[in-house]
Amino acid sequence: MPEFQQATLPSGLRIVAETDPRNYSMSLGYFVQAGARNELDPQSGLSHFLEHMMFKGTERRSAEDVNRELDELGGQSNAYTSEEQTVYYATVLPKFQDRIVDLLTDMMSPVLDDDEFETERKVILEEIAKYEDQPPFGGFERAMEVYFSPRGLGRRVLGTSESIQGMTAARMRDYFNLRYRPENIVLAASGNVDFDGLVAEIEQRTATWSDRTADESLAADDTDSIPEGIELSRRVPISDAVQAYCIQIGNGPSSACGERHAARLLASILGDEGGSRFFWDLIDTGRAEVATCWPQEFSDRGAWFNYLVCAPEDLEGNKRFMREIIDSVVDKGVTDEELQQAINKTAAGYIMQSERPSNRLFSIGSRWLVHNEYVDLDQSLAKTRAVDQAAIAQVAKKYLSEEPTEILAM
Amino acid sequence: MSTSTDAAAGQSSQSEITTHRLPNGMTVLVQPMPWLRTAAFTLSLRGGIQNEAAERSGLASMVCEMVQRGAGSYSSRDLVAMQDNLGMDRNSGVSTATVSFGAAMPAESFAEALRLYADIVRRPHLPGDQIEDARMMMIQELRAIEDEPTQRVMKRVRELHYGPRLGRGSQGTMESLAAIDSDDIRQFYQTNYHAGGAILTVAGRVEADSVVNLTEQVFGDWRTEAFDAAPLPVGTGVYEHIQATSSQTHIAFAFPSIPYGHPDYFAMRAGIGILSDGMSSRLFDRVREKRGLCYTVSASCHSLINAGGVFGYAGTTPARAQETLDVTLGEIRKLPSDLEQSELDRWKVRIESGLIMEQESSASRASSLASDFYQIGRAMPTAELSEIIESLTLEDVRGYWENHPPSDYRIVTLGPEKLAVESGT
Repeated sequence: MPEFQQATLPSGLRIVAETDPRNYSMSLGYFVQAGARNELDPQSGLSHFLEHMMFKGTERRSAEDVNRELDELGGQSNAYTSEEQTVYYATVLPKFQDRIVDLLTDMMSPVLDDDEFETERKVILEEIAKYEDQPPFGGFERAMEVYFSPRGLGRRVLGTSESIQGMTAARMRDYFNLRYRPENIVLAASGNVDFDGLVAEIEQRTATWSDRTADESLAADDTDSIPEGIELSRRVPISDAVQAYCIQIGNGPSSACGERHAARLLASILGDEGGSRFFWDLIDTGRAEVATCWPQEFSDRGAWFNYLVCAPEDLEGNKRFMREIIDSVVDKGVTDEELQQAINKTAAGYIMQSERPSNRLFSIGSRWLVHNEYVDLDQSLAKTRAVDQAAIAQVAKKYLSEEPTEILAM
Repeated sequence: MSTSTDAAAGQSSQSEITTHRLPNGMTVLVQPMPWLRTAAFTLSLRGGIQNEAAERSGLASMVCEMVQRGAGSYSSRDLVAMQDNLGMDRNSGVSTATVSFGAAMPAESFAEALRLYADIVRRPHLPGDQIEDARMMMIQELRAIEDEPTQRVMKRVRELHYGPRLGRGSQGTMESLAAIDSDDIRQFYQTNYHAGGAILTVAGRVEADSVVNLTEQVFGDWRTEAFDAAPLPVGTGVYEHIQATSSQTHIAFAFPSIPYGHPDYFAMRAGIGILSDGMSSRLFDRVREKRGLCYTVSASCHSLINAGGVFGYAGTTPARAQETLDVTLGEIRKLPSDLEQSELDRWKVRIESGLIMEQESSASRASSLASDFYQIGRAMPTAELSEIIESLTLEDVRGYWENHPPSDYRIVTLGPEKLAVESGT
């Protein structure tokens, strides 16, 4: 059985691991409380830009060294930024534990070089342009902006072309010093890991992280204004699009909320890609390309998304159809057969995912970062299997009764 | 359960692959992985895109969809309920040469799952009243691609690369989909769904004997037919531009190469790895990291049974598209001139690590077994592959790329402006 271990260093840096000597690999990740919601207007996109810059060299390593050494360790390594966190991770063979710990930890003290900053700015602008060309053409970002306001949870993770063009390396260094302090960081590990060795190693290597202090103090945002580059129209015009993209956003449970297991099962019953109510009525019949829904959990709030993609001329009809399906679940709940099917499918999914340490890493690290809590596979399974029809009905009523906010990209 | 505590022990616990051929021509390959909780299978039949008539393109996908709309004693809804209750994470789809059905699941569901798929491929209802729904579903897929510039250029470059029969996508066209009727579906099913050339691969927490017995039981009396040899590719070098008002210019390129199973394959593959695998690879480093030209740039190898290709993609804002294309193709051209041992070593560690970590996934093993068997006619044990990779020298890689410089590029761009493409690329 996997074993859970944790330690908090005197600096406040937290280390957690789910170790299992039977695994063929180990995964390691730094989880940092630095996401779009931590940014002010002049910092918009900075968490994500910084994530790129963390690969651009340290006192001991050039940018080329970092990339080369990551590749020398042969595994999968990457990073991502969300509304609430930035994560740097790698999966390698256990024999490389010491080297990956050294490398990832060193990367967490970047030099943030001016020339590299200018080159990477271009890559970020390309990334923004790339997503502008991809369905649903910024529709999800717009939904978050309109629903949560363009600040806090609604702030764009990539920033805007305007905010990235106006960014300076000095501001990034400041943001780094503010956010990448030990108390904001969790180091998580999973798989075939030597935990005791890890703790000793990290304590010694991160001793100076508490010295990080920010110089600049930025004024609070003027919440009566709209940040530069942001529009709040509920219509996203796209030239040449063949399909219409409809995103609806409403309230959902947070990742702290006990209703989240019922909400996930409800989403499976309503909107899974095979065998859900939306599927049988809208996908299996070829009425829509996509008709799905999901809860999105943040640490203290949550959202519920419905997503519909179809021919523009079918949009109104399909939207009504979706609404009727939702209303019927709000009114009558779900059948026991449907619920058991969703539970079986979800439970099997958890079991299958847990086979790879790289999959476990994210739930362990994120949960500890935000809630200081560890949930093992058996607990997740138990909580999923404990959901009954009444719990589903309650969640449906609570979150799906109200008319959601709607964004149309077409 | 394996109780290995280090990678070396992990390697030694690789299990044997059992290969068993049924009299009707179906082959079953089993790799027990008793340390896992899951099992996975892939079932491939010779009913791919190349088996369609051009004016019925999309038919292979349509039949793949239709066989899952009710089979044996189950309705379409029953099938999905069974699959969900068995905890199956499933997929299906057609490629150029085959149609495949696969799933991963908790191991205890395996026997029932395989019986279910025997119903699907052997006893489908092909309900006439659902043809329109299936057709509409496929039209949705076609429409979706229209809105995805990356997919559009990659789809088109593949067509140019292999020619219309081997290179076309699985989705068909609006015209061909409209033309498909129930006779086409029955006939394609009759001709292509049988044990001849069928491959079943199983990996995970299973026992080889019981899988072979079960396969005999559920597929042993399936009828068999001959199947056609693969046609030859007919692509040519050409540049095409698709005018669009996109934020980026999307660049797809391809050039002819050798397929998996060719003696020089891994020497070729290592060169592409040095170009594109990992963050220190040449394209990532020199196009993205050093010049900031792109967010995405990559190249990869693709194999049919008798032909192969290297395919690449880069997306960049229009003002920098020409430079991106020139730098990318320039890097490919000069690959053999300054290869370094450390580049090959990094690629080897990457492949080796991947092979070891594949043992954590039954699904990934089942699908590797299926593609190996299709391409080279036998299972490729991990240890053997590992040895081939290990013995590869820098001279092998350099020699291959010096003797086979890329030529006859097929290039497709989508964006506001056409690019200049050197003749002879």
